[in-house]
Amino acid sequence: MYRILKACNLASNIFLMDVEAKRVAAACEPGQFVIVRIDERGERIPLTICDYDREKGTVTIVVQTIGASTTRMQELKAGDSFLDFVGPLGKPSEFVNEDIETLRGKKILFVGGGLGTAPVYPQVKWLHEHGIDADVIVGAKTKDLVILEEEMKKVAGNLYITTDDGSYERKGMVTEVIKYLVNEQGNKYDVCVAIGPMIMMKFVCLLTKELGIPTIVSMNPIMVDGTGMCGACRLLVGGEVKFACVDGPEFDGHLVDFDQAMKRQSIYKTEEGRAMLRQQEGATHSGGCGNCR
Amino acid sequence: MDVLHKVPVREQDPKVRATNFDEVCLGYNKDEAVEEANRCLGCQNAQCVKACPVSIDIPGFIKEVKEGNFEEAGYVIGRSSSLPAICGRVCPQETQCEGKCIRGIKGEAVSIGKLERFVADYARENGIKPRKPDASNGRKVAIIGSGPAGLTCAGDLAKLGYDVTIFEALHEAGGVLVYGIPEFRLPKDEVVKKEIENVKSLGVKIETDVVVGKSVTIDDLMEKEGFEAVFIGSGAGLPRFMGIEGETASGVYSANEYLTRSNLMKAFRDDYDTPINPGKKVAVVGGGNVAMDAARTALRLGADVHIVYRRSEEELPARVEEVHHAKEEGIKFDLLTNPTKILVDENGWVSGMECIRMELGEPDESGRRSPVEIPGSEFVIDCDTVIMSLGTSPNPLISSTTKGLDINKRKCIVASEETGATSKPGVFAGGDAVTGAATVILAMGAGKAAAAGIHEYLTNK
Repeated sequence: MYRILKACNLASNIFLMDVEAKRVAAACEPGQFVIVRIDERGERIPLTICDYDREKGTVTIVVQTIGASTTRMQELKAGDSFLDFVGPLGKPSEFVNEDIETLRGKKILFVGGGLGTAPVYPQVKWLHEHGIDADVIVGAKTKDLVILEEEMKKVAGNLYITTDDGSYERKGMVTEVIKYLVNEQGNKYDVCVAIGPMIMMKFVCLLTKELGIPTIVSMNPIMVDGTGMCGACRLLVGGEVKFACVDGPEFDGHLVDFDQAMKRQSIYKTEEGRAMLRQQEGATHSGGCGNCR
Repeated sequence: MDVLHKVPVREQDPKVRATNFDEVCLGYNKDEAVEEANRCLGCQNAQCVKACPVSIDIPGFIKEVKEGNFEEAGYVIGRSSSLPAICGRVCPQETQCEGKCIRGIKGEAVSIGKLERFVADYARENGIKPRKPDASNGRKVAIIGSGPAGLTCAGDLAKLGYDVTIFEALHEAGGVLVYGIPEFRLPKDEVVKKEIENVKSLGVKIETDVVVGKSVTIDDLMEKEGFEAVFIGSGAGLPRFMGIEGETASGVYSANEYLTRSNLMKAFRDDYDTPINPGKKVAVVGGGNVAMDAARTALRLGADVHIVYRRSEEELPARVEEVHHAKEEGIKFDLLTNPTKILVDENGWVSGMECIRMELGEPDESGRRSPVEIPGSEFVIDCDTVIMSLGTSPNPLISSTTKGLDINKRKCIVASEETGATSKPGVFAGGDAVTGAATVILAMGAGKAAAAGIHEYLTNK
């Protein structure tokens, strides 16, 4: 059993939990994920790691309620436990193993969309701890859905927040901010890391390709075991079949076939499977665009 | 008594069982078991024992069955095997013990598998536990993976007094026995769980939710956690796909995914959360035991099922019994047929599968006649779901995170067949991680050999 030490809401339908999981906390790196199961009858739910404390042996997860499983999860409180909490899964972000001096010479831009802000945070924090300040764009539908703002401010170089409806800070999509930074501010970026709903990552990639900025995305397809056994999470990357759980979850965004990935994402969206769909999407869609109900 | 033929085993009626997940084969009762045991000649130089990957004293246990000493029969098997109820159900006896039975020269072989199953079921139903090992020697051995190789290796080492911990990546112990082989062939709660309980009763600890290579490395286990030896029984790995057009469409599954959803996650039950789209018209591509399992699972979930295989019936790698059961239940076989393209509708869903007819040409390196396409014979199979059952390729999780562990060009771990020793001192391996996808009993044989290898290594260390 894996004890929940802290549970709080970040927005009406987004919550954060610190979970005691010693092996995961000792081994995880930015970019990796975990699989969580509430109880005997629950699904295996893949979730990105938002933060970790090696000394306390805790891992922080941020979850959006979309379906039955995540709604059940939100009802859990500090002191309750998960039956299973396995990880870290997937490969760490590439920069973790890069030469630190080379890395210090790079200008990095992060783009977090909605819940995608959560997996962006540990990457920006890791860089900050290694003396590298990255620019960060956080996008959300509306003011109430902007998460981790204070935490992000502490570790980001420059933080740009934008909301679709203009209810907080800038108004418009994250792509507008990228255009502003590159075209109007004249910023030059060596690499962009974009994490969010697939549709956001697709449009960021179309833009950065035009701007000539190499871009890494983190994919969150349907998954079952998360260790390379089932192949449910397969994607087309540069025309090749890749498994997000062992080959990813991060890939070269300019090579990912997003249209195919989005179609696979909706496997459980049949009329009769509507109820199933909500559970499935809650389980696997950590992008949190809010439009996928 | 008809000595030339096996005592028939009772099975669920095909029409009834096609609609449920209960076990197909019902097994022998006491009288049937004794009658069948009496067909055994009790050979001095028993060929069946030599053909058994774990060298069970077959005439020895059958002798006890003849005399009605069912409990003692269980102890005889227990000396060689920790998983008899499982082996009695899923071993390919026809090519192993029963294939070498002297009775089989004229007439049918003794039904060794069904007798083993009877003995194991008798022990379980009567609460007979395996004999406790001698006192612990306190030396720690780590086992990676709780499938048949790992459980066997762990059981044997525990009997020798080692302090054994199994690390399992999934949330439940059993490996392929729980995620792969379906309930109707191998009941999970009554058989697999109980058999694992027996291994635990020998003192073996099982830690689930640990992905070795990710949660912890082999080097950490040995250097920081005090394990003196490690056995890798991590299984086969990543499912293969054909590389044809449309394969990433919605409605295309690997057999592993389809079976995992149904078996491990119990998607066939309404009271579990994990969904499955069983499909109405399902095409299963491949001819092995896993293909039969996937097809028969889909059938039970209500689908009309076709098996598509590129060679002829003779070359089907699945056990004859499984093919026979599949046919009885109403599964159709499209033999000498190979998919060329998966057709996809405007929403990205499977709408059919284009295939081509094949004919058999010259034998290939496996000795099987290789199939050759018949030009212009393309046709379309109407289906909404395709299950690819084409085998697996090794998972790099462990080999890529363990220094000094050699792999071969097929990316399988290199290990000695006799001792399981790898290129890294103290690290042993066996089962599908070494051989590529094979059978439960071969994995058990490798686990057994490695247990002996580890014992020798640690004794001399």
